[in-house]
Amino acid sequence: MNPSPAHRRYVWRVAAAMSGYLLTLFAAEYLIDQQGLAGPAAWLVALLPGLCVAAVFWALGRLLIEEKDEYLRSLMVRQMLIASGITLTAATIYGFLENYRLVGHIDAFYVAVLFFFGLGVGAVVNKLAAGDASC
Amino acid sequence: MENRLKVLRAERDWSQSDLADKLEVSRQSVNAIETGRYDPSLPLAFRIAELFGLPIEEIFVSPARRSSKAI
Repeated sequence: MNPSPAHRRYVWRVAAAMSGYLLTLFAAEYLIDQQGLAGPAAWLVALLPGLCVAAVFWALGRLLIEEKDEYLRSLMVRQMLIASGITLTAATIYGFLENYRLVGHIDAFYVAVLFFFGLGVGAVVNKLAAGDASC
Repeated sequence: MENRLKVLRAERDWSQSDLADKLEVSRQSVNAIETGRYDPSLPLAFRIAELFGLPIEEIFVSPARRSSKAI
């Protein structure tokens, strides 16, 4: 399958966002944890890795808007709905379990990891239901 | 939705990829429509009808008409 122009742009955007994520994550680890950066500068540096991950969500949204093939778009919508459902359900249930001290604390950024895992589940569901995976 | 896309394509000796190129969609879309796994939007159904020079109802079988035949 040849990727559509929209999908090629998506791959480039995700690659750029993940490169930025790695760079800013290492910068934050070094500057805040090792060099003791504090104050507004620490806030700025700490925000950057999360904003890079947010850029991946933006790229997913742009893919949905820019993909001209309506069938592929429908596959992506199902994939993203499955990912959102898994993420919201797991985060909500875990939040209550954590609230009643039945489980340990998990950092909130793992929600994004769970969403990406959900995209993988969505791709498998698409493959089983329609015979075609998506993004 | 049941349709005659595969027959019409075969009459013209077009592959799924040929039809996909003419419609400016993916081959997966053509396959999904042919096998009834995906119902195209009205604009895409019109593009298909115009490409084959036929009215939409001669390509796609109305689900209502199909069920009334079954009765």
